[in-house]
Amino acid sequence: MIFSIVIYSAPFTTQSASTALRFSETLIAEGHKIYRLFFYSDGVHNASSLTIAPQDEKSLQAEWDALIKVNKLDSVVCVSSALKRGVLNNEEAERHGLAGHSLRDSSEISGLGQFIDAYIHSDRVISFG
Amino acid sequence: MDKTVTKPKKMFTFISRQAPYGKDRAQLCLDAALAATVFEQKVNYVFSDDGVYQLLKHQNGGIIGSKTLGNALEALDLYGIEEVFVNEASLRQRNLNPRHLLIKTTPVTNTQLANLILKSDFVINL
Repeated sequence: MIFSIVIYSAPFTTQSASTALRFSETLIAEGHKIYRLFFYSDGVHNASSLTIAPQDEKSLQAEWDALIKVNKLDSVVCVSSALKRGVLNNEEAERHGLAGHSLRDSSEISGLGQFIDAYIHSDRVISFG
Repeated sequence: MDKTVTKPKKMFTFISRQAPYGKDRAQLCLDAALAATVFEQKVNYVFSDDGVYQLLKHQNGGIIGSKTLGNALEALDLYGIEEVFVNEASLRQRNLNPRHLLIKTTPVTNTQLANLILKSDFVINL
C-alpha cells in the first residue's frame, strides 16, 4: 500500500513524532511504500539540523534524516510553518538576510499543495500529533 | 506552491473542531482547505465541537496579538468553499444558534455528518 505521513508535533514534548518515525520505519520494513512525509505546524522541528541530543538520548531529527536518506523518501516541511519557527534552508536564509540555515538537506520546503497532493496519491494518509 | 496535483477532482471534507484561539489547529485546518481549493478539489468545510466558536460574531484577535480568524472565514466563499456546515448538536450544547454566527452555514445532524464523511474521498480532522 502507498502511505503518506503527516507530522504535526515537535520532537520530545510528546511521543507523537517518535511514534510517527517508528510507524514509518515499520511500513518500510513491511514492504509498503511511503509517498511523502509532510511536516506541518510544530512538526517542522523534526527537520532541524541545529539540535544536539544529550549523550544518553537518541536524536529524533537524526533518525528522521537517516530514514529519509536510506529510503530516498520525499520529505516536505510546510513553508509557512517552517519560516516562522526558524527552520530555513540556505536559500530562504539568504533571501531574508539571516545568518544561518537550519533545515536538514533531506527535507525540502514547500507549500500545502504538497499536503493535498499526498492525499490524492496515497492509499492511506496517517497523521501524528 | 507547486501545481503538481493532477485531476480528477476528489472530495475533501475538513472538520474543524478546535476553538479559534489558543491553538493553531483552526488556522491549520483553514489553510489546508484553501490549498485544496487552489488545486481545484471539491471541498466541504464542517465546524464541529469547539470549532463552532470560530463562527462567533464580534471577534477581535488583535487584543491578544492574534489575527482575527473570523475575518478569514468570511472569505470562505470567495475561495470557492461554498459547502460550509455546522454541527447543530455542537451549537446546541454550547447554547448557540445560527443568529450568533458570522457566516451562513448549513446545520447538520450527526447522521448527516456521517453521510457526508461516507461520501468523501478524504476527511481531515483538525
